[in-house]
Amino acid sequence: MVGKYKLSNKYKAVVIGGSAGSFQGITQILASLPKDFPLPVFLCLHRLKHVRNGFVEALSIKSSKPVVEPHDKEPIKRGMVYLAPANYHLCLELGNSLALSTEELANNSRPAIDHTFETAAFVYRDKLIGILLSGANKDGAYGMAKVKERGGLTVVQDPAESMIDAMPNAALAATKIDWVLKTEEIISFLGELDKVTKTLAPA
Amino acid sequence: MLPPPPPEADIEISDIRKLTDLIRQKYGYEFKDYAMSSFKRRIRRVLDLYKYKTVDKLVSVLDSNPDFFEEFISEITVNVTEMFRDPTFWKVLREQVVPNILLNHDKINIWHAGCSSGEEVVSMNIMLHEMGVLDKARLFATDLDNAIIERAKRSTYSAKNMDLNRKNYHRYSGQPETNLDSYFKEVGNEVVFDKALLQNVTYRRHDLVLGNVFSKFDLVLCRNVMIYFNQTLQNGVLSRLHESLFKYGYLAIGSKESLIWCEIANKFIVVNNEEKIYKKIKD
Ligand SMILES: C[S@@+](CC[C@H](N)C(=O)[O-])C[C@H]1O[C@@H](n2cnc3c(N)ncnc32)[C@H](O)[C@@H]1O
Repeated sequence: MVGKYKLSNKYKAVVIGGSAGSFQGITQILASLPKDFPLPVFLCLHRLKHVRNGFVEALSIKSSKPVVEPHDKEPIKRGMVYLAPANYHLCLELGNSLALSTEELANNSRPAIDHTFETAAFVYRDKLIGILLSGANKDGAYGMAKVKERGGLTVVQDPAESMIDAMPNAALAATKIDWVLKTEEIISFLGELDKVTKTLAPA
Repeated sequence: MLPPPPPEADIEISDIRKLTDLIRQKYGYEFKDYAMSSFKRRIRRVLDLYKYKTVDKLVSVLDSNPDFFEEFISEITVNVTEMFRDPTFWKVLREQVVPNILLNHDKINIWHAGCSSGEEVVSMNIMLHEMGVLDKARLFATDLDNAIIERAKRSTYSAKNMDLNRKNYHRYSGQPETNLDSYFKEVGNEVVFDKALLQNVTYRRHDLVLGNVFSKFDLVLCRNVMIYFNQTLQNGVLSRLHESLFKYGYLAIGSKESLIWCEIANKFIVVNNEEKIYKKIKD
């Protein structure tokens, strides 16, 4: 059984980046995620540096799964949605855990999408799916290139649909993008991933 | 359109091993248990900064040029800090932790472990001064990085960073009429903290990884330092921080750190979960 997106059951994680204009899209994506979606999802969304509270709550309202801001060295659990906390970079660490960092801004951002994507690519190699949404700068382009380099699958939001298309366009210029999708299509893409991962999962 | 990023050789774990081995053998610092995700990025940053193409090149420069080592330490560590970082944390210190300590003691001993350029120390002094208890306090401020300790001693900061510091301070004080600038003198593009308020502070280089337990404290702040360590190293450092606390002393870690996954957790109770303040209850 091969679906529209020809996904296999090898994937172990999904990483999603977004910035200006991505809130609505990510809200829809989270609302439509199957309740028992089996993979961990790492979200790096640009946000106000000094507002610690409110964002994760806003994302959780419509999300089908709880969204958490992890602590440093928090062990990664299947099916959880992790959001980069305000003013920290979110990284994937060896030993199946997350790490936070207060390093310099990257692309004017902390959290920076490039850091989350690059470290995720290092840990998950070809078992990673990177999805980049609307945004006003080029954060995420380098990260997507790393995902591709390590054999992962790359998806960007269709620039024509993106409220601000600089970020998807920068990624398209930086590396080979496997799928250019509208929000609705990203939702069915993740639906297919859910089915494939569950039904074909090795016992 | 942006050009694709130039291809760069990935830094392999074996490269990092070579580097940490040399640093241990030649300089007596141990970086092998720093968190891989950030340590690797720090190395990449040093390579870019000095235009070295490979980690091998960096290793050979470090091997042949000891003068470079101090500079390397400054670049490899992350020194980003703010005054009154996490204002709500400072409120809890002022309203709960410090008054509680002074309930049973006439003196309060405080250790800033990983103090960076000293913004946290300055904040502590301002807070204690405003509480009218500064004369009861002894502060120790330590860091791995000599250069940053020197900066902390000077307590001189760029004026353009003060905006954020002022905002934090106001969120902490809750009173718009209070004025952070009254503690500083402007000199050109910089502001200098009132040295009279720093007389009770001892600055010293100290390595949390290999250094000894050197004193006992009522309050230890080690915020946003252990995030650069892996879980194994965190456990080791935490057991020495625990040893450095008097029984019923307080430990404060960064707002996004947690003791939950650490071996030492059962020797502490949570005083404030949101602000990550713990109290030692067992030796
Ligand atoms: C991000 S700063 C934290 C500053 C301050 N505590 C805060 O929360 O704003 C981290 C500091 O830890 C220091 N550090 C790193 N490794 C260390 C070690 N092994 N021993 C002592 N300090 C260390 C770095 O030099 C740096 O200044």
